[in-house]
Amino acid sequence: MAEVKLLGAWGSPFSRRVEMALKLKGVEYEYIEEDLADKSPLLLKCNPIHKKVPVLLHNGKTIAESLVILEYIDETWKTNPIFPEDPYDKAMARFWAKFLDDTCMPAIWKIMWSKENQREKAIEEAIQHLKTLENELKDKKFFGGETIGLVDIVANFIGFWLGAVQEASGMELVNKENFPVLCRWIDEYVNCSVVKQNLPPRDELIAFLQPRFSASSWKY
Amino acid sequence: MSNEDLLLLDFWVSPFCMRVKIALAEKGLSYESKEEDLFGGKSELLLKSNPIYQKVPVLLHNGKPLNESAIIVGYIDEKWPSPPLLPACAYGRSQARFWADYIDKKLFDAACTVWRSPGEAVEVAKKDFIEVLKVLEEALGENNFFGGETFGFVDIVAIPMAFWFYASEKFGNFTVEEECPKLSAWIKRSMQRESVAKVLPDPEKVYDFVIMFRKMQGIE
Repeated sequence: MAEVKLLGAWGSPFSRRVEMALKLKGVEYEYIEEDLADKSPLLLKCNPIHKKVPVLLHNGKTIAESLVILEYIDETWKTNPIFPEDPYDKAMARFWAKFLDDTCMPAIWKIMWSKENQREKAIEEAIQHLKTLENELKDKKFFGGETIGLVDIVANFIGFWLGAVQEASGMELVNKENFPVLCRWIDEYVNCSVVKQNLPPRDELIAFLQPRFSASSWKY
Repeated sequence: MSNEDLLLLDFWVSPFCMRVKIALAEKGLSYESKEEDLFGGKSELLLKSNPIYQKVPVLLHNGKPLNESAIIVGYIDEKWPSPPLLPACAYGRSQARFWADYIDKKLFDAACTVWRSPGEAVEVAKKDFIEVLKVLEEALGENNFFGGETFGFVDIVAIPMAFWFYASEKFGNFTVEEECPKLSAWIKRSMQRESVAKVLPDPEKVYDFVIMFRKMQGIE
């Protein structure tokens, strides 16, 4: 029986974050794919509160919520630390991770679900947040500095999923002209070996996302 | 007592600010506090220290700003490790972070929705709120505190919310004591701690604030 198991979903950026962290640290684990349309008894037992992936099982104990799992992984397996050591830098990393999850990502999704007359405003808001993110990057190679860290891992949605969403929807939010620094980071990021190994197949992801944008209510 | 350069940008009724004040008190840290006028006009320092969200609390340590209350409490715990607010083991810490996240995502909103809901919607809001309380009561179990035998991170994150419960109780016409007696006992127990007792506002004053806020928002 594997000591470490991960309940995940192939297309979920939250699930892939955890895989990235485990692979970065060379942790062996058993991956269990969840069908989110038909959740397994195991998932419902391991995460009764939120009923979501990812869930990490380690020595029979369960941990849910991707950011909580990332903290646990970093504290348990010390190779290739994800979090900065200095308490202030750590607090800043946590702040940017929360910004990505609570503010940046929802703003992007809001565009997708917005009615046509609200779309312009939703796009403006998302662009503002992406600009804030880009300003934080400045001239660093990664948010974590020379190597990828917590914020880069959490920003996998921006690094990869956003591109797929743009292609599936026909909407271009981020390009080299309006976001040169962010695009430079995206290029570095997706070519980074540990990231490359932990991305869903692009074509499959686009095919998965496309039906969301084929409804007549989406016109772009 | 230490003489660190600590400045808290505060708002008397904010449960998020209270978290920081309790944490600082638990660690025996002295600090300066500046009350922000959130309705009249936020200070330059606040806008400069928290440009993204422009919210309190902000803790400045030697002039460096920290935002987001749970992140600030985590910083305080790491910078001044004694007495510890989080368990020593990684799994215990992950559970504490999970519950802090749950409280952040669910508790305050559920409590406020009760007094924000017009007319008949109050009953639904009340039911949702009590459900959240019951989940927390189950997580507490037979322990004295969410931290187990000792008052800790989750207790600090949760207890300031309790000062807003009175308003929900009055508008929803119920009592937390009747619905969740164990949780109610935890509230009383936590309020007896010096660090909590000295920062808690009068629940009647919080209620008056809620009345004023409702008027401002035009809620009948």
